[in-house]
Amino acid sequence: MRKLIQTFSHLFLPLSVMILLIIINLIKGADYFSISLVNGALYGNIPNILFGASELVILSIGMTLVTAASRGQDISIGESATITSAVFVMFVLQASEVTLFTIVIAFLLSCVVGLALGAFNGTLVSVFKVQPMVASLILFTGGRSIAFMIDGKLSPILANDISNQIGTVIPGVPIQTPIILTVVFIVLVAVLFKTTTLKLYVEAVGINPNAARLNGINPKKIIFLTFLIMGVCSAVAGFIAVNKAGRHDSVNLLKLIMMDAILAVAIGGNSLGGGKFSITGSIIGAYTIEMLNRTLLRLEIEPAMIKVFKAIFIIILMVVASPVVRVFAKKTLDRVRNWRSPSSQSAKLTTTNIPTRKEQ
Amino acid sequence: MKKTLGILMILVMLGTGFLFAAGQKESGLIKVGIVNLPPEESGYRQANVEDMNTVFSKANGYDAKQTNTMDNSEQIAAAKGYIRDGVDYLLISAANASGWDDTLKSAKDAGIQVILFDRAIDTAQSNYQAAILSDMAYEGKKAVEWVLSLGLDKINLILIRGQMGSAAEIGRSAAVLEAAKAGKLNIVADGTGGDSWSLEEARKVVEAAIAAGKDFNVIYAQNDGMAQGAVQALQAAGISHGKGGKVKVIGFDFNRFALRNVQAGYWDADMQCNPRQAAQISEWIKSGKMPSGVVYQEELLLTTETITDDLIAKWGINADPGKGVITR
Repeated sequence: MRKLIQTFSHLFLPLSVMILLIIINLIKGADYFSISLVNGALYGNIPNILFGASELVILSIGMTLVTAASRGQDISIGESATITSAVFVMFVLQASEVTLFTIVIAFLLSCVVGLALGAFNGTLVSVFKVQPMVASLILFTGGRSIAFMIDGKLSPILANDISNQIGTVIPGVPIQTPIILTVVFIVLVAVLFKTTTLKLYVEAVGINPNAARLNGINPKKIIFLTFLIMGVCSAVAGFIAVNKAGRHDSVNLLKLIMMDAILAVAIGGNSLGGGKFSITGSIIGAYTIEMLNRTLLRLEIEPAMIKVFKAIFIIILMVVASPVVRVFAKKTLDRVRNWRSPSSQSAKLTTTNIPTRKEQ
Repeated sequence: MKKTLGILMILVMLGTGFLFAAGQKESGLIKVGIVNLPPEESGYRQANVEDMNTVFSKANGYDAKQTNTMDNSEQIAAAKGYIRDGVDYLLISAANASGWDDTLKSAKDAGIQVILFDRAIDTAQSNYQAAILSDMAYEGKKAVEWVLSLGLDKINLILIRGQMGSAAEIGRSAAVLEAAKAGKLNIVADGTGGDSWSLEEARKVVEAAIAAGKDFNVIYAQNDGMAQGAVQALQAAGISHGKGGKVKVIGFDFNRFALRNVQAGYWDADMQCNPRQAAQISEWIKSGKMPSGVVYQEELLLTTETITDDLIAKWGINADPGKGVITR
């Protein structure tokens, strides 16, 4: 029970934000959760959110790991995804006939490119000790130009049936393909973390790299590994984005998505200074951001003001869910609990509060 | 160590020697300095830079140098460099409309003719020879004329704007807002694709309108990518569009994929924004008939009826997916 409460308190921030948004949406219209079947696929606000957030969810998973281990952020994720998807598109276009096999090979190739880009950033950060944001600034600045050179500066078109089905729906399957791909990716990540000790290692490195090294964990390796995972995440996100768009637009593909990804990590209750992390939180955070974007549209805020409103909303959310307010809420909760069960003494509870957390 | 340094020095000297030799060979050509934005800026710019490269080539009798940067001060530095080099013509598409006065004056003093393209500069007209621009307000007016000519009983329009405050957004929105004010059409949803004219954002705008149960029959998206996003939202919601469909769709910019979509009746119309000023400028230079002041380019609006393969090949920008291929 206590463990359950603890995981819940970890997710307090993202969940409270999401619930707040749901309430706002329900006030605006009670039909918020309604889902219908259009052309054999589920349609409604919720499927739209799941569909729209798929790239962001995948990228925020990688961003969480990078943040946790390297205590910094990778700001080149959108550009990495643009490069990997350029490779994907060019491989598909050179094939005489596009089959599922071509797509899979092209995707794997783009993953390899993603790994290479991740290794580039990872080497700069882990071996040369460059700050993650500075290291990834290189790709952030030059990435789109590199993608240009690969795709021939002409925004090539991906007009084949399989790509279209990956970007929309496969006939006979009632759920849009990007949603399925995202779920598969999340499951794979979950399996990775359940079967390995990666989470523990990443957290150890993030909390104190020197202590981790003394305990036999090589911080360089772990940081490098998180950047490799980030590279794969970028490749998968780029794959989904380019199939959704049906053409490779080097200029605008996933532009500035790192802002939302970093925000997702923060809303997920994770410290941007590294250390302990919750991927579940980041995933909820990513969906929350998508929900927020759509809520602002639903409230019909005029286009010139929409960004201001987003900023104000995020500030309010971060303050409401900040540790200061959280501690205050916890204290009030404790007080209420004590008042209800007079046998326990309030003074004792507040003093034992901190040591019991340490034991965990 | 000294040896390597010595070898390096010799190499450098040889290199510069070759460069000078190459420079001398090119005499007799018209010297042109081009200051432009980088192709990464937009699909429009990709076509624009490409066009500059092909027109102002050695084969066409030009010795052209190009600087593509988004930084205004870098652009000014590059322009000053070209003035020092003594180019015959200076072509500028400025990142920022202000801060150019001194540079333009020194070009004038040096007897260099300055031609602005695509983007205007806030300065006295005497500071430059000519400017060849796209008239965004004209584009908007032409597109709205088309919308009004559709013969719909009541026009319920979704306006999807580009980057707020950009010249293209202001010009292309103005005509719609004016028509709405005059009661000629009704704007049911007013959204933006944001700073990157984003397909995804445009899709969300239309999805929000659908979720709110709004009845609409025209989508006015201020670039092709956003029109594509809007149509994706219609497709997912099972709303018919294009030729014979309920919702009429218009995009801007003349990307070839968009024109093919219009040709296939998947969309209804596309409004041109012509990035190919180079041929016109070259004609002015070669014929010696240099105009003065601002010259607006003629721009086309193509519909499912008026579109042809030749027009797509001639005026379209970026990759051509091929006839009959729809980009969803």
